[in-house]
Amino acid sequence: MLCDVCKCNDATVFLTQIIEGKMQKVNLCDACSKEKGVQDPTGFALADLLLGIGAAEEIEKGGAAAQRCPVCGFTQSDFKKTGRLGCSTCYVTFTESLTALLKAMHKGTSHVGKVPERAQRVGELSDRMRTLSENLQKAVAEENYETAASLRDQIKQLESELAG
Amino acid sequence: MKFANVISNGGEWLRGEGPHHQIVISSRLRLARNLRNRAFPGWAKKAERIAILELIKPHVEKLPEMQDSFSELLQDLSALEKQVLVERHLISREHAAKSAGSAIVMNRRQTLSIMINEEDHLRMQSMRSGLQLRQAFKLLDKIDSALEGELEFAYDQKLGYLTACPTNVGTGMRASAMLHLPGLVLSELINQVVQAVSKIGLAVRGLYGEGTEAMGNLFQISNQTTLGEKEDEIITRLTKVIETIIEKEHDARQVLIQKKSNTLWDQIGRAYGVLTYAHAMSSKEALNLLSIIKLGIDLGAFPEDKRLPIDELFIDTQPAHLQNTSQQKLNAEERDHLRAQIIRARLKVLPKPDISKLAKETGNGSSPTPSEQ
Repeated sequence: MLCDVCKCNDATVFLTQIIEGKMQKVNLCDACSKEKGVQDPTGFALADLLLGIGAAEEIEKGGAAAQRCPVCGFTQSDFKKTGRLGCSTCYVTFTESLTALLKAMHKGTSHVGKVPERAQRVGELSDRMRTLSENLQKAVAEENYETAASLRDQIKQLESELAG
Repeated sequence: MKFANVISNGGEWLRGEGPHHQIVISSRLRLARNLRNRAFPGWAKKAERIAILELIKPHVEKLPEMQDSFSELLQDLSALEKQVLVERHLISREHAAKSAGSAIVMNRRQTLSIMINEEDHLRMQSMRSGLQLRQAFKLLDKIDSALEGELEFAYDQKLGYLTACPTNVGTGMRASAMLHLPGLVLSELINQVVQAVSKIGLAVRGLYGEGTEAMGNLFQISNQTTLGEKEDEIITRLTKVIETIIEKEHDARQVLIQKKSNTLWDQIGRAYGVLTYAHAMSSKEALNLLSIIKLGIDLGAFPEDKRLPIDELFIDTQPAHLQNTSQQKLNAEERDHLRAQIIRARLKVLPKPDISKLAKETGNGSSPTPSEQ
């Protein structure tokens, strides 16, 4: 039997925990069990959270296991098998189950590091678009139609820039 | 550039000239990047992998940093050549297992290596001697920005750079340093350090990364998390922890010299004796003993100008490097003989350990001098 985490080594640590009548099993190799700190049973609930095993089972029960990524055809059970995703769109497809996993794995839930120039430009354009839309609504509310027309033209221009 | 030329050159990062180089062997930094809306290498069919490779490789090869580079498809490298690259940390063990649809492009100085279609479409790695994580990042940041102009990377406003494994999402950055910690191992403090480091979200691993044993008192320390923290913050945090470990290692060495000088001399003397006279030696034994000789150089028991030949032995006695030197297929026993032979030959230039140097340097005149010296 292979380790549930690294999928490479043979599992040597087998843990079973029953919470509110629900049984959870996890098989780990020696290295992964040490790395995850699964040495004492009291720490196991945390380990389960880290591995997202409980989360994965919940999703399967809900029928989400059949969900396929529209771009690459990857499924939730493929993720359980390999521990890797199929393509970048999988992050959108499986966002629900990934959110908890990412939260447990990382320091935060949002990226704060480097932004590619392309994405930065898109981000700036979207910000400008939001401001323009707000101003447009205000102008319409104040029946300031001349301003509204000019704002609408600016929005159209931005939309084409974003599309390009 | 041919493979033989790559190998004849010791990597620049091996030369040990960076800051804190006595304890920090090398700093490595890698960035993971993927193309938007293309299946990750582990999920893509062979034809798609090849198409992705053909799309990425020309852009990598034409980087100004890759002038005079070594660029090879994985299927064109022999198992031995791949293993040599693994032993030099130029490709990962995972990448060595790949064949059609994967490639490696690296510069002549072996300070920059770019794996195409490893776990992610692009794994860019920069290596430096000593503690220089920030400098390693600067180089990769520049290369990343250059490639980003040509290729559209998978990026999400909230999650950052998207990677095959959720553990790398966000910055896609793994920063790591290889530390030589014989003092902490000999004084049995290493477990405390490993545990403390693990508790603050950093990983400690053996010589060849995940799941490998710590040999030769060598430990890799790296960041575990990639989301919710800036690249710069991760590097600062890691550098601070490494600086603390360096201090602890120095302290441990001082305590050993002052309180356990006999044990220390015994270890150095035995390592010298076995390496000089043994006729069969496993790579694990060689690493462990060479580590003690390296410690001896740090402490002044051997002349400083013998550092490079000893450091080179760390790599040259690895199985694939030995096999590569001998030009013929060797079994484990033959390798152990050849290893011992190479070490004996190289150690001819190394004089006997000089205890008086140590006593002087630490000002600890009371440390007893073993009678056999």
